[in-house]
Amino acid sequence: MCGIVGLFLKDATLEPHLGALLTDMLITMTDRGPDSAGIAIYGRPTPGRAKLTVQSARPDRDFPNLADDLSRAIAATVTAEIKDTHIVLDVPTDEIDAARGALRGLRPEARVMSAGTGIEIYKEVGLPRDVAARFDLAQMTGTHGIGHTRMATESAVTTLGAHPFSTGPDQCLVHNGSLSNHNTVRRTLRAAGMTFETENDTEVAAAFLSHKLHEGAALGDAMAATLTDLDGFFTFVVGTRNGFGVVRDPIACKPAVMAETDRYVAFGSEYRAMVGLPGIDAARVWEPEPATVYFWER
Amino acid sequence: MQTFDLAAQGLRALNATLHGLRGQTNQTAWDVVNPRGAHSIAVGLDAPVDVTVHGSTGYYCAGMNKQATVRIKGSAGPGVAENMMSGSVIIDGDASQYAGATGNGGLLVIKGNASSRCGISMKGIEIVVHGNIGHMSAFMAQSGTLVVLGNAGEALGDSLYEARLFVRGAVKSLGADCIEKEMRPEHLALLADLLARGEAGDLAKPEEFRRYGSARKLYTFNIDNAASY
Repeated sequence: MCGIVGLFLKDATLEPHLGALLTDMLITMTDRGPDSAGIAIYGRPTPGRAKLTVQSARPDRDFPNLADDLSRAIAATVTAEIKDTHIVLDVPTDEIDAARGALRGLRPEARVMSAGTGIEIYKEVGLPRDVAARFDLAQMTGTHGIGHTRMATESAVTTLGAHPFSTGPDQCLVHNGSLSNHNTVRRTLRAAGMTFETENDTEVAAAFLSHKLHEGAALGDAMAATLTDLDGFFTFVVGTRNGFGVVRDPIACKPAVMAETDRYVAFGSEYRAMVGLPGIDAARVWEPEPATVYFWER
Repeated sequence: MQTFDLAAQGLRALNATLHGLRGQTNQTAWDVVNPRGAHSIAVGLDAPVDVTVHGSTGYYCAGMNKQATVRIKGSAGPGVAENMMSGSVIIDGDASQYAGATGNGGLLVIKGNASSRCGISMKGIEIVVHGNIGHMSAFMAQSGTLVVLGNAGEALGDSLYEARLFVRGAVKSLGADCIEKEMRPEHLALLADLLARGEAGDLAKPEEFRRYGSARKLYTFNIDNAASY
């Protein structure tokens, strides 16, 4: 069991409240996943700039002077904002791969949670309420976001085993369920050049999608391919820089509810995750069909 | 009329209050407000009372119901009316997975759509769905009646025992050992009665339905196959 929440805003006047709305949704799903929690939030990009969100088990050691060190290494302006165990490094878009490479040498034990022009990912072990407070998620703004509360079944309860997983630029995926052929798929993807940080089944699903997108597939087609190539139970919610998608396996035993108004599209593992959203009483509420891809792009 | 504010008073207080209604009570009508998708609302009732939930519910609403009438003015989460024994549950909106699962008796009416596994392992319950039902509905259904005014998803009635299934629309596929059967006068009479009780008398006519049931090849012990068991 795990909990998933997601919110894709159509009405820009809600953007200042995205973090607060998602935080309430996430905390409501604590019963479904008290082990760890995470959130991917997409802000409006700044032209020419990109963000690396980096996590460290030793922020006191790894984060001081990191922006300056990185700035020297890539010979470009880097600014940083520290949030508990995570640091968001703002770098020139053209230098993001160089910054990522330099980071490995400068802080070998720090892990990149996400990279892209809009995405930031925060995740930690602990109750969703505590995780949200550590990163002050309620204050965040943005256009869309995805959250996850985890009850671990397939791999250890660690920060890196928490969701969302990001395996491509501005991409993320969260999962309720378990995959049975993830080792086979991981081997295939490794041979195709993808890299993995964990033994987690969900990371394989994220990398599978990233690989398809990298090959040029549209988001909807990449999501449809999970239905034929991944074996197991899943409800996936995925995010891209301008999109938000949902797909469930054909058996569809992992719950899912969606709501849409002219202001937003929302996802919840349960309806109660969405009861605090504005205008929910008048929303179109439905259960996504099995083996059917839903996505919204702006 | 009694009103119970679930958000203010809490789930345990609601169910304890409703469980306290035994035999003859004057408090026969209850309004539950602010359900906010909570789980296990009005489960285990055992009194001839009428409970109306004003909003959508989470898992297992009206589970194990006996005697009571529970109305949901919204949609219901997974397992609504699971293992109902008697009484009735009426849902204005949709129902999620395994609505009416293992129900022994009573009447479940879903005015919207039901998703997968509706009536799974039903054992005597009557279910009337005004909309469509999802895949694997009536899986291993033992007895009782399922009436669907819309369409049915994949593998309807897989491994069916003696439950009766009536579908007005299309059936995407039949499960193992489930076959179409002829509609006889007694089935039309049964449907007319159930449609009326299921608040669907004006929505459909008995002649518009097709009947499905067990071919009885899967579950019947056959002495000729003893070596295979």
